[in-house]
Amino acid sequence: MSATTLTAPTTLTGSFTPAAFAAHLASLPPSLPTWWLDRKRAAYARFAALPLPSRTDEMWRFSNIGTLTLEGFTLPGAATTVPHAPIGIPKAAKLVFANGRLFSRQVLSPELAARGVIVDTLQNALVKHEALVREHLLAQPPKLGSPKFGALHEAFLADGAFISVPRDVQLDLPIGIFSYALGATAAVFPHTLVIAGENARVSVVEYFGSDSDDSAQFAAGANDLYAGHGSQISYIGKQDWSHRALSFQSNSTVVRRDARVQSLNLHLGARQARHESLSQLAAPGAFSEMLALTVAEAGQEFDQRTLQIHQAPNTKSDLLYKNALRGTAKTIFSGLIVVDPDAQKTDAYQSNRNLMLSDDAEACSLPGLEIQANDVRCTHGATSSRIDPEQEFYLQSRGIAKEQADELLTFGFFEEVLNRLANDDLHEALRTLIQTKFKK
Amino acid sequence: MSQLVIQNLHVSIGEKPIVKGLTLTINSGEVHAIMGPNGTGKSTLSKAIAGHPDYTITSGDVLIDGVSILAQEADERARAGIFLAFQYPSEIPGVSIANFLRAAQQARLAEGEEIDASAYYKRLYSKMDLLKIDRKFTSRAVNDGFSGGEKKRCEILQMAMLEPKFALMDETDSGLDIDALRIVADGVNTMRGPNLGVLLITHYQRLLDYIVPDHVHVMYDGRLVKSGDKSLALELEAKGYDWIKKELQAATA
Repeated sequence: MSATTLTAPTTLTGSFTPAAFAAHLASLPPSLPTWWLDRKRAAYARFAALPLPSRTDEMWRFSNIGTLTLEGFTLPGAATTVPHAPIGIPKAAKLVFANGRLFSRQVLSPELAARGVIVDTLQNALVKHEALVREHLLAQPPKLGSPKFGALHEAFLADGAFISVPRDVQLDLPIGIFSYALGATAAVFPHTLVIAGENARVSVVEYFGSDSDDSAQFAAGANDLYAGHGSQISYIGKQDWSHRALSFQSNSTVVRRDARVQSLNLHLGARQARHESLSQLAAPGAFSEMLALTVAEAGQEFDQRTLQIHQAPNTKSDLLYKNALRGTAKTIFSGLIVVDPDAQKTDAYQSNRNLMLSDDAEACSLPGLEIQANDVRCTHGATSSRIDPEQEFYLQSRGIAKEQADELLTFGFFEEVLNRLANDDLHEALRTLIQTKFKK
Repeated sequence: MSQLVIQNLHVSIGEKPIVKGLTLTINSGEVHAIMGPNGTGKSTLSKAIAGHPDYTITSGDVLIDGVSILAQEADERARAGIFLAFQYPSEIPGVSIANFLRAAQQARLAEGEEIDASAYYKRLYSKMDLLKIDRKFTSRAVNDGFSGGEKKRCEILQMAMLEPKFALMDETDSGLDIDALRIVADGVNTMRGPNLGVLLITHYQRLLDYIVPDHVHVMYDGRLVKSGDKSLALELEAKGYDWIKKELQAATA
């Protein structure tokens, strides 16, 4: 063991030591462009220098800081099998990653490929579509409190998904991205980059899963969605990591003129999951719909931080985050709407609703507004409520036992969000995933 | 052939006694109407029998075919054959009528037994045809944004699907226009028969023009004070409830 390893401030890097980073760099294919490797080295330096979040950090208000750790994880090797894919809906293409490496894929039809649609690994795209990747990959600085975990992601990101749909091409079927963490202490760094060209339309369904609910894993993931002029992106993320995992996920969305992005994140797994979501309404007519559903069980903490930035006039954002809490679960929602001075006629909405299914659960809400324009419509609100006893009695009076009645009412609570999905198959698949967690 | 026996029933809300010793027997095939002024305990009676947790039965008993149901939760009572048609049915956003009824049917199966989906829908649609309800109705969320008439139609459909032994209809006619009233009455009349006992709770005689009762009872201050046949309802319509009050005062003076 070298002297540097012994004296390195291990509390700041934990398992992600300089030696581990060097080994990670050495494992990458030699074809990767220099600028990317330089960025990764710079990211590692930032990661190693930044402190872990502290109790006094406003961006981490209400979060359990004491359970954040970088210790005890490993950078896992290649996998030989992956769990059964839980979302059996037809897809235009599919990429399956296991421990950050491509495991299997379903390629695009020759017709779509001929029209310029690209669904490939980031490693391939860094070589074949270098300019596009360089322009959009992790292009937005982290603004929601996790520069350290963002830097860790960039440093250790081995491979991920690259999706590009060129001008005027519209995909009917979604593209599926699956990322699995396999192994008791595996650390993974998934990434998905989606670029929709002018008037393009694409739908992406991403799934994060583990081999076992007992694996004390680590995930620091991110995605970048870039919706060009007049395009439409629909993004669905399903976080179903092991219930002992520690998860950080950062979403960055840029919406250009007259484009619209709908994102829905379903949060089921991890012992502690931090999710940061940034939407930038960058040009007139841009619309971002930000949806999330969380089923929080005993002992789980879901920490969601959002930012809706209106940078241009006549832009719209609509956020609806719903949490159902059971046992001693805890959820945190902190959302901010920012309207720049010249973003007149902004229409921004933000709503966090918590359904408390237990007396021991805790839901914290911090909605916020920062408005610098004078002709805008901004609404925000947060509510926490219990099951309505009259609704419960109504269901019981039809012969449905209390437990099933509460379950039905909770699914009903989620339907308002699921009903916003245009794809019925997807709606059904998400509903099934939620029901599976409920019946566990 | 079943029998619902309400035996010297006393019901309180909090500390306040509302039903004060009510006795009534309903046999399958019979339609009983309970009429009475507002605040006399009619709705309390039906909710207490159905098992609403806010209503405390302080003494007396309710039995189906000799078996007391008072120790049972509301859902067990429903599965034992009680159906409460609500005066103000709850709105259940996000739960479709089809899924709701399916859950109610599933609850009636033995543990581990799965509902036969195609048979269920076949039966649902045949009931809807019988009640002249449009099929699109079942994809709507239960009572969510429904008009008064739609809510009552939804109650009737549930009743038709669940095939209770005894239906307690709590002021089913309140707030309904004449067309909606007719829908409810047609529904009840369609289901009326040797396998169903009905308790109609109403303030007005109007409903009884459409659902003709076998027995009419007058409820006042938590008790049944007068019983008769359908002509009693007409008498009440003509004379009002003051007539009963005076009769009672004279009897207790």
